[in-house]
Amino acid sequence: MAQELKSKFELPKGVKPVFNDSGIEIKPVYTADDVNGHANGNGNGAESELPGQYPFTRGIHADMYRRRPWTMRQYTGFGNAKATNERFHYLIKTGNTGLNVAFDLPSQCGLDSDDPRAEGEVGRVGMAIDSLRDFEVAFDGVDLDAITVSMTINGSAAIMIAMYLAMAEKRGFDIKNLRGTAQNDILKEMIGRGTWIFPVEPSVKLVGDTIEYCARNAPNYSPVSICGYHVRESGANPAEEMGYAFSIAKAYIEETLKRGLDIDEFAGRLSFNFNVFGKLFEEVAKFRAGRRLWATILKEEYGAKDPKTMWMRMIAGGGGFGLTIDQPENNIMRGAYYALSAVLSGAQTIALCCYDEAYTIPSPKAQQISLRTMQLLIEELGLCDTVDPLGGSYFVEALTDEMEAKMKAVIKRVDDEGGIVKSVAEGRVQDYVSKKAFEHHKELESGEFRKVGVNCYRVDEDNPDVEFHPSKQEDLDLQLASLRKVKDERNNAEVERTLKALREAAKAGDNVMPAIMDAVKAYATVGEMTECMVDAYGRYEEPITI
Amino acid sequence: MTEKPIKVLVSKPGLDGHDVGAKIVARALKEAGMEVIYTGLRKTPEEIADLARDEDVDVIGMSILSGSHIPLCMKFKALWDGHNLGTKMWLVGGNVPEKDHEALKDLGVDAVFNTRSNLDDIITYIKENLARWPRN
Repeated sequence: MAQELKSKFELPKGVKPVFNDSGIEIKPVYTADDVNGHANGNGNGAESELPGQYPFTRGIHADMYRRRPWTMRQYTGFGNAKATNERFHYLIKTGNTGLNVAFDLPSQCGLDSDDPRAEGEVGRVGMAIDSLRDFEVAFDGVDLDAITVSMTINGSAAIMIAMYLAMAEKRGFDIKNLRGTAQNDILKEMIGRGTWIFPVEPSVKLVGDTIEYCARNAPNYSPVSICGYHVRESGANPAEEMGYAFSIAKAYIEETLKRGLDIDEFAGRLSFNFNVFGKLFEEVAKFRAGRRLWATILKEEYGAKDPKTMWMRMIAGGGGFGLTIDQPENNIMRGAYYALSAVLSGAQTIALCCYDEAYTIPSPKAQQISLRTMQLLIEELGLCDTVDPLGGSYFVEALTDEMEAKMKAVIKRVDDEGGIVKSVAEGRVQDYVSKKAFEHHKELESGEFRKVGVNCYRVDEDNPDVEFHPSKQEDLDLQLASLRKVKDERNNAEVERTLKALREAAKAGDNVMPAIMDAVKAYATVGEMTECMVDAYGRYEEPITI
Repeated sequence: MTEKPIKVLVSKPGLDGHDVGAKIVARALKEAGMEVIYTGLRKTPEEIADLARDEDVDVIGMSILSGSHIPLCMKFKALWDGHNLGTKMWLVGGNVPEKDHEALKDLGVDAVFNTRSNLDDIITYIKENLARWPRN
């Protein structure tokens, strides 16, 4: 019967085959034959999989959104801590249930606001942070137990995590119970995004320091969120996005295991950040396959026993690269479909890009529309009512298996080439994704890859000038004045002492987190602490492969 | 005897980490037969001016998507004469609003390309204009 059906739907001669973005050929129709006999990590067929049970293909929780909808964590930050604090309160009032902090480039690169290299960049793409004082201002009035804070910070993440913990402690929160996330994925930063500071090896060691420190002192804090997201933005396809992310996660796990921690003591706090744009069913299959593969890796390769350790916890970001500067209103619709994809995929947290985000820091109105888009799915569309609603679809189950196989192939290729740390140090991944971005761009220009409003359905008046988020001189002046005030008021002898201890700890190869915590509490600045570590570790030199 | 290829510096001034576009342009110019030096991220205007002088490039390209194009180009302009950059072509690409194009051209930028620009437009601009270079 199935065979009969299938032959009816065979591709007529001369019709071009269709491939998804990961290079998997899509059939005109799927039947039971496509899923029968498949073997997942559990050794069982898809029909026996349940959400909340290993290998978690259908979701990490049994009840998913029935218990609680996904966390809405819109990305924001600009100017100084005070301006950002006001936007935080606006977002919380509008229904944001988590915060996602944007830092300015100097803070991300370990420079103080008064550093000559920071000129023209202070407060421009995020908030400026120089010392613990700025954290105190930025989170003033935010209930850190009710609102979890995620920080998009990488090169200087160890310092910012310390500042967050120190700020929370000062406000009377017990850091043992404190939840929150730092991005802190330096390898992906070297592949794309670019806010690295130290060379590859000490950078990975530093990530290990934060994982170890948090596991021992702030066990509910997620010190790393491995970002397939930016690898995808840099040119990787969806299967590669996830494959590379798992390779990177494995590198951090191996670095941490060296410290004598058991896998179940820390790996459960690792989380992921993935991109959502493009083909809807491919995205859903990607997340389902990713959950299954990650659980299998943790159980089979690392011997994890606690099911929580095997969870692929993640934030889905929808979806920078998918947005266009042409006909920007179309991005509202794109955002809605990306949110739908993420929800059908079982994301725990979503940060939905705003329609103006292809070119600027989102306006409050654009952020409200993104939040309302997600609230519509919760309140009006019934998306929270049942878990993994696409599970059991012949197409989605078959595609899940094929995506998993593609991801495994990426991980194997990286392993065969000597591991992700070596591949990144030699620029091999960077070269690979940049070539793919170039090829993709050519397909966009030729129209082979269709993009609405860009290479099809254009109208003449499609190119309105864009309005940028204003960068205010007074925000900069305020930041510089606040930095001077901190330097005047702090105990400089204590700053000297703690910085010296940090430099020595870094040189000795010790875990530097305790020393950073001390320096942070003495109001040492981001730049001062970074320089101590540069003395010991040196600076990253980007491998140029073009 | 073959003609000497056009030599282009594709640079990333400032702290901006968006390098997808710069790398795409660098690859496209190379494919079009030009000699391309890509600087990598986070170069200061001084480092870029030094490279442009030492490598004696024909074209200095800058990719900026952080919004810091005006201050960065002002700094670079101040280095122009001291580095004897003379009649080199200066191009800026990235996320630059129309209203800032004039200000950049006043500083001496020859053309501004944005994220919508076609690769062929950039290649054609360089080839056609260098053919009738120097300016004036």
